[in-house]
Amino acid sequence: MSEKTIECDLLIIGAGMSGIAASFFASNRGISTVQVGMSTSLSFSSGLLDLMAVHPIETINIWDDPWTGIDALNNDIPNHPYSKIKKEKIKEAFNEIVSFLKQTGINYVSEDDKNTQIITSAGTIKHTYLVPESMWNGAVAYAKKAPCLFIDFHGLKGFSSRQITESLSDNWPNLRSAQIYFPDSFGENFCEHIARSLEKPEMRTKLVESIKPYLHDSKYIAFPAVMGMYSVKEIMSDIEQKIGLPIFEIPTMPPSVPGIRLKNAFEKRIVEKGVKVFFKHKIIRVNQDSSGEFISLLGDGSDITIVSKALILASGRFLGKGLHAERKEIKETIFGLPVYQPESRTLWHENDFFDPKGHAINQSGIETDELLRPINSNKKPFFDNLFAIGTILAHQDWTRMKCGSGLSIATAYAAVNNLKL
Amino acid sequence: MKAQVLIIGGGATGTGISRDLALRGINCILVEKKDINAGASGGNHGLLHSGARYVGADPEAAEECKHEGDIIKKVAPHCIENTGGLFVAVAGDDEKYIADFPQNCSKCGVPAKYVDLKDAFELEPELAKNTIAVYMVEDASVDPFKLSLENLSHAHSNGTIYLPYTKAEGFNIENGRIKSVVVQNMITGEQKKIEADYVVNAAGVWAGELAKLAGMKINMIYSKGSLLVTQRRITKRVINRLRRASDADILVPGGTVSIIGTTSIRTESLESIYPTVEEVDFIISEGAQMLPLLDKIRYIRAYSGVRPLVSLHDSADDRGVTRGFALIDHEKEGIKNFTTITGGKLTTFRLMAEKTSDHVCEKLGISKPCMTKTVPMPNTSSGRWTEPGLAPKTWVRDSSKADILLCECEMIPKSAIDSIISSIIGQSGDLSLNSIGVRSRVGKGPCQGTFCSARIVSYMYDKGNLIDKQGILELQKFINERWKGQRPLLWDIPMVQSELQEAIHCGLFGLEMEQNK
Ligand SMILES: Cc1cc2nc3c(=O)[nH]c(=O)nc-3n(C[C@H](O)[C@H](O)[C@H](O)COP(=O)(O)OP(=O)(O)OC[C@H]3O[C@@H](n4cnc5c(N)ncnc54)[C@H](O)[C@@H]3O)c2cc1C
Repeated sequence: MSEKTIECDLLIIGAGMSGIAASFFASNRGISTVQVGMSTSLSFSSGLLDLMAVHPIETINIWDDPWTGIDALNNDIPNHPYSKIKKEKIKEAFNEIVSFLKQTGINYVSEDDKNTQIITSAGTIKHTYLVPESMWNGAVAYAKKAPCLFIDFHGLKGFSSRQITESLSDNWPNLRSAQIYFPDSFGENFCEHIARSLEKPEMRTKLVESIKPYLHDSKYIAFPAVMGMYSVKEIMSDIEQKIGLPIFEIPTMPPSVPGIRLKNAFEKRIVEKGVKVFFKHKIIRVNQDSSGEFISLLGDGSDITIVSKALILASGRFLGKGLHAERKEIKETIFGLPVYQPESRTLWHENDFFDPKGHAINQSGIETDELLRPINSNKKPFFDNLFAIGTILAHQDWTRMKCGSGLSIATAYAAVNNLKL
Repeated sequence: MKAQVLIIGGGATGTGISRDLALRGINCILVEKKDINAGASGGNHGLLHSGARYVGADPEAAEECKHEGDIIKKVAPHCIENTGGLFVAVAGDDEKYIADFPQNCSKCGVPAKYVDLKDAFELEPELAKNTIAVYMVEDASVDPFKLSLENLSHAHSNGTIYLPYTKAEGFNIENGRIKSVVVQNMITGEQKKIEADYVVNAAGVWAGELAKLAGMKINMIYSKGSLLVTQRRITKRVINRLRRASDADILVPGGTVSIIGTTSIRTESLESIYPTVEEVDFIISEGAQMLPLLDKIRYIRAYSGVRPLVSLHDSADDRGVTRGFALIDHEKEGIKNFTTITGGKLTTFRLMAEKTSDHVCEKLGISKPCMTKTVPMPNTSSGRWTEPGLAPKTWVRDSSKADILLCECEMIPKSAIDSIISSIIGQSGDLSLNSIGVRSRVGKGPCQGTFCSARIVSYMYDKGNLIDKQGILELQKFINERWKGQRPLLWDIPMVQSELQEAIHCGLFGLEMEQNK
């Protein structure tokens, strides 16, 4: 074998939520793993971990308890990816991830294992499962309708505390908003920059000073999600102590700081555990040799070949580049696997972007057997050890069902456990 | 409310009439059921016709276009990009039409110069290899939004009152005269009466519906046309197919993009007009015969408009119906102070406005000459931001640290949004994300409004322009408006972009769950 060949048990293609979760689970099990993919989509995530909130989507039926929601979903849509995984397994998957994140200082919370209502930067309420601790007080304040002050910063685009308080004001009195200058800054501001500069204690002191005049009788203070990149806990308790009030973060548009925190934590972990990562790379071709191993060629001129016993396809949909829409057809980009899809482009989308029943194309994707292995037209798996996970899977509409992270984490867990090595 | 003249319809024609009459010192009210250019004027090709397209079938329209085009280039050069145009035939096109073309042009006084094929490929390298004949003509590209906004702005500064989102709903007729027009505010639902000495129906394709409210009958034909916007500009000039007017045979450049179209489909209803997947695929395959690149290039948007055609006799082919306009005095049918102006072209809007205004003046016994042939149209800021590429230039030049970009695709800074908002408020218009969109490039870049919509809404709250849950509704309306034009074009990169849009606006914000649509 040439120097440019890497041998491993498992190759994971994709580094979004599902790929990174698979890599995490595999590395915890001591499986020798290589991961290839663009990891930007993870930093696009809001940091909230959705499991299951809306079903049926067309009637916008919201589930307080995501687990009974999953039962109903599996009953009505028997080929939804969740139906291939036992609920206990989904719980185990979340537990493994949450306890790891806790060690890194990123705490996730839910109440009684139920969905929680979280305020978004658009002034809407999002129903989600696991909430970063940094956002939890927001759910409490919202449930209590406690007097609350919302802060935003001059020069920070797409986040207006006034927008949030105005949008929520019809059933939440006692809301205030204030736009302040972030200490020592003028002109344009970015969440990531603010988060990094709050790592310095003197910035927090200055920030608190500029907020004090606006407090009045507020019982909670809300900020865009900028409370540090690494030491979120320390930063928040420092600020809480200085103000004397509980504070919380509100999820923002991408790129979002809580998403970047997740990405950093996972990436550090898998590298420490010995996963060989090629981020910002793509696999351009995969073949299978006579012994059944996958031989994958890494692109971008590196000429590296990866030989693996098993392969997990976590390449996402159109944004992740796992699926590609041509004018007449949707294709899977790496293996050319069959893609379940509407008959013609006329049927891909509804006329109303916000149609609650969703667009037919959202249901398109890769169909698998019970073990999450892509199947051919005879419903037989193409390969024993090829698995597909995450949003590339057919028969789900994660943006409307609010099940994106859950789908990724659950299928990653199941696929890793189904590997035959 | 009272005015000498009430004009109904804020397209090119209605705004043109308001400017013409205002310059004659006549006091007018212009009502529009939506906002400027909500009809055909906002859904056309933006071609200032040299006339060459009509030399074969409609010589009168050809001459009219030639004459008007020259005037507009002179009095409103800031609304025009004087690109010039080519007529090109490819192998298989009708030999007789090609052979007759130069004579037909000269008969109509429309200049057309033969171009050697070798030179043609140098001028426009994207032309199909099997091009067989090329003529150069005086086509130009016109920014219809700027045109109407500048017309309105000039009229406004001469006393015209503009009422957007105001729909004419009924007429009070007494003794053969319209005594007042009942109008409804489309946002508040509030009704009021406007009294006028004279009423002009410039409702474009809705002219028939409006006339019917007064008991008058006009035979309108609705001809829907769809167009595609390419992500980048692919030719310097307007490129026309040298054949009998047909589908997808004109490519018009405009700033940083090119527009290919159109189709021509009869429709019965004027509600929910949008481009379809079938039309898009057809336009691409037809257009690619002339410019093969059209088969591969990225498109950012499709849109549709409905041509207001007036049928004086039955014709099977809508392209055969004259593009001349119809000025109908309803006195013969029993109403003394009511005239309809419809049909025509964007290119001939000024002439339509002149003829209408002459007629109105005559009826009112006012003798004031038309000024729009010679008086230049001022270049104001209200139409300024519709120009592709202007915002980035201005931003780079004046950028101060506090002036941040709210739209990165089209590089539109906060200060431009400020000036658009104040011009809307200044003309007592209705302020919304869509009205900002009409007046600027907001939402027209590759992200089609994913980021800028949310940022501008936040900014509008900061400025106190939005209250309560208005922002949610604003986002829904704006994104749906953009969606109409994205939907049939979603493959390759636009599909990627739309997935991100859905992830943010549905996945994160849950806007599809907000019921107050
Ligand atoms: C696809 C297409 C391509 C075209 N390409 C070109 C081209 O390249 N070059 C060219 O010169 N011409 C072109 N045209 C023709 C040109 O667009 C039209 O001739 C011109 O815009 C008509 O302007 P208008 O003001 O008469 O009508 P409109 O622009 O339709 O204006 C009528 C207005 O009246 C309003 N209205 C209706 N009813 C009421 C009511 N009851 N109360 C209040 N307001 C009301 C409507 O909302 C609308 O805004 C094209 C047309 C189409 C459809």
